[in-house]
Amino acid sequence: MDINEIQTIDHDVLVVGAGGAGIRAAIECAQLGLNTGMISKSLLGKAHTVMAEGGVAAAMGNVDKRDNWKIHFRDTMRGGKFLNQWRMAELHAKQAPDRVRELEEWGAVFDRTPEGLINQRNFGGHRYPRLAHVGDRTGLEIIRTLQDFCIHKGIATHMECTGLDLLLDDGKVAGMLGYWRETGRFVIFRTKAVIFATGGGGRAWQITSNSWEYTGDGLGMAYRAGAELIDMEFTQFHPTGMMWPPSVKGTLVTEGVRGEGGLLLNNKGERFMFKYIPEKFAAETADTVEEATKWLKGDKNARRPPELLTRDVVARAIKKEVEEGRGSPHGGVFLDIASQRPADYIKKKLPSMYHQFIELAEVDITKEAMEVGPTLHYFMGGIRVNADTQATNVPGLFACGECGGGMHGANRLGGNSLSDLLVFGKLAGEGAADYIKKSSQGKIDAPQATAIIRQATAFLNREEGLNPFVVQEDLQKVMQQLVGIMRLGTELQKALSEIERIKKDIEKVKAHASPQFNPGWNAAIDLNNLIVTAEAVTMAALTREESRGGHSRIDFQGEREEGLTYNNIIKKNPNGKMQLRKELRSAPPPRIG
Amino acid sequence: MAERTFRVWRGDKTGGNLVEYKVDMDKGMVVLDVIHRIQASQASDLACRWNCKAGKCGSCSMEINGKPRLSCLTRMNSFKEDEIITIKPLKTFPILKDLVTDVSWNYTQNKRIAPFKPGPRDKDGQYRMYQRDVERVQEFRKCIECFLCQNVCHVLRDQDKKDKFVGPRFMIRLASLEMHPLDTEDRIEKVRTEYGSGLCNITKCCTDVCPEHIHITDNAIIPLKERVVDRFFDPIAIILHKIFGKKKS
Repeated sequence: MDINEIQTIDHDVLVVGAGGAGIRAAIECAQLGLNTGMISKSLLGKAHTVMAEGGVAAAMGNVDKRDNWKIHFRDTMRGGKFLNQWRMAELHAKQAPDRVRELEEWGAVFDRTPEGLINQRNFGGHRYPRLAHVGDRTGLEIIRTLQDFCIHKGIATHMECTGLDLLLDDGKVAGMLGYWRETGRFVIFRTKAVIFATGGGGRAWQITSNSWEYTGDGLGMAYRAGAELIDMEFTQFHPTGMMWPPSVKGTLVTEGVRGEGGLLLNNKGERFMFKYIPEKFAAETADTVEEATKWLKGDKNARRPPELLTRDVVARAIKKEVEEGRGSPHGGVFLDIASQRPADYIKKKLPSMYHQFIELAEVDITKEAMEVGPTLHYFMGGIRVNADTQATNVPGLFACGECGGGMHGANRLGGNSLSDLLVFGKLAGEGAADYIKKSSQGKIDAPQATAIIRQATAFLNREEGLNPFVVQEDLQKVMQQLVGIMRLGTELQKALSEIERIKKDIEKVKAHASPQFNPGWNAAIDLNNLIVTAEAVTMAALTREESRGGHSRIDFQGEREEGLTYNNIIKKNPNGKMQLRKELRSAPPPRIG
Repeated sequence: MAERTFRVWRGDKTGGNLVEYKVDMDKGMVVLDVIHRIQASQASDLACRWNCKAGKCGSCSMEINGKPRLSCLTRMNSFKEDEIITIKPLKTFPILKDLVTDVSWNYTQNKRIAPFKPGPRDKDGQYRMYQRDVERVQEFRKCIECFLCQNVCHVLRDQDKKDKFVGPRFMIRLASLEMHPLDTEDRIEKVRTEYGSGLCNITKCCTDVCPEHIHITDNAIIPLKERVVDRFFDPIAIILHKIFGKKKS
């Protein structure tokens, strides 16, 4: 194959992914004068950011003046069980308010306080009302604002283009090879830097709030290029996904329902969360229905209802209720807002939840309770980055948003993802711009490009083989059953051997017909990244012998002191095998310690 | 549960035809589930766009038994039990493959619209807007860009005047900018001369298909048409405009 025949596009920097983090990074690059390209698997504005509902966390203090960045930092660290990269949590808490105000300047229309400022709502784990929001469609507002702003910044947006792998020159980024989904033709992006903003890998599980796009592409590509992954054992199961009908099992039900006063009830009608208040949160969680009710009515001296405990705590409590026979008919629990707020208020504050349940489940949430249960929602772990520049250990490769790791530690607070993607999207853009000033364009290596293309086309060239969707489902079942919300060493071991088996199956996958807009071929290609993601999560989960945040071990219950001393780092070893090491953590400086 | 019959349009820009598939049904299925089931078991190369599967991203627009719908929100139990279901791509845009059309024209229209241009912040660095003033803009900002309104607009679909009218989606985009309390840009002249507000004959087909239930015609297009009339055809307003410039309302 002659790589000179492959279409080549030159940019200073290529942003991979066009969700909130990707677009924010691309805007920063363009504003700093870089020739900026951005690719996305879907059309612009369709990324998972649109599914973020509740709001964006920023300590602006518009609703409660007691709030400030230090309390946001504290809440984030506490929510993350103190395993967060403290510098990331610090930058995030400090810069989030400016990033939100900047969105307002770019046209975002957040809900307002009576004084005309950006309104802020309560959310799990946040001490004060902190989430700027637009009803329950905050993510849509944010992505549309970024989209409408970015199209006037001279960014070359390449829609429906999938990245296959990075092209390296002597270990440093020289570009990336991808393909156009429409035609199946390959394309080389020759660039000095690449920013990954590819999201997580929720599609490795059966029950997930994630769409087809979230196949850990950035994680897989970065890993193959030699980048380190961090905290991969910490996967967030959002406590409230839809449970029925089967086709939407896992679809997100915003935490905003509980923020607005929604109750979690078991089939006996008990508010069971009162039984699951962890000691650490006891001081600021209401322990009686009376106090929780006072809080909902706005009494600032009352403590928060236990339904607003962090996501890991609520998800485990729901699982326990179901296991002990107190679940709802379809294997979840009940989430009731109807008894707490008038119908008009619910429709005003949670309009998209109202429509989602009417349209998909024929349930009127202003009259009936919803059935909800845990769904794989978010990766706390991801590509390891420098907190200030978002640079990875591969020169020229940057990562931000969900595919970056470290900011959220063992568990992410709701609302901290939209702020994360804004803060670190911008920092990644700045980091890449600084790097580009000091670097030159690397050479495109023909054998590397050819090898990547061969691997992708092998799926099409097989005479016969396995159905890619069947292999994907096989992997999803393994992860759902063996690497779920409650984990066990023996099951994780078994998962690792199942993953080895599926790796061999992937080599036998055949995609039917031509490469033009072929979902089967696309799914086959995604398997290469999904399998890296699954293996990394399982290996890290097996190594961490304790329960902390989003990672719970049945055989090692509770947090252990040793667990706070290290982060799990995963890297490809010289033989091409996945290798894990425990890296000791450095203590935060006294100013924030 | 029972098996049902579907006719799905298969083909590309050179042509195509309806292909019949028989699919087993489960409770609570939507049309997008049917497409996925066909992909997984019968035709892995059947092309279709989708993302959120919850009516929030606007990717899975198609024409189902002649009606433009989001397939993720079209429940199978909304059809008669023996009804054969025909699934076709959006007619207004060029076919790429199967149920996927080239909607890039829409993205080009958005670029033609002058972006948001806010006035200065208050002295304390804040912007102030009141809930009652932002609500009508928030209605337009619910748009998920499914382009169903563009697909049914007679000006675009039947008359193919894509060079003269930006379509309902971008009329609401224009309305959301023009009615934004902080915006200082003036787009009214172009609403008439470049974006083609005069071509809309308010049949409200766009409003009927909007999955977000945005009152596209009543709340966006008609008010924009009124602003055009005030500006260009009302003598007093013309004089006031010449003296005072853009009047925000």
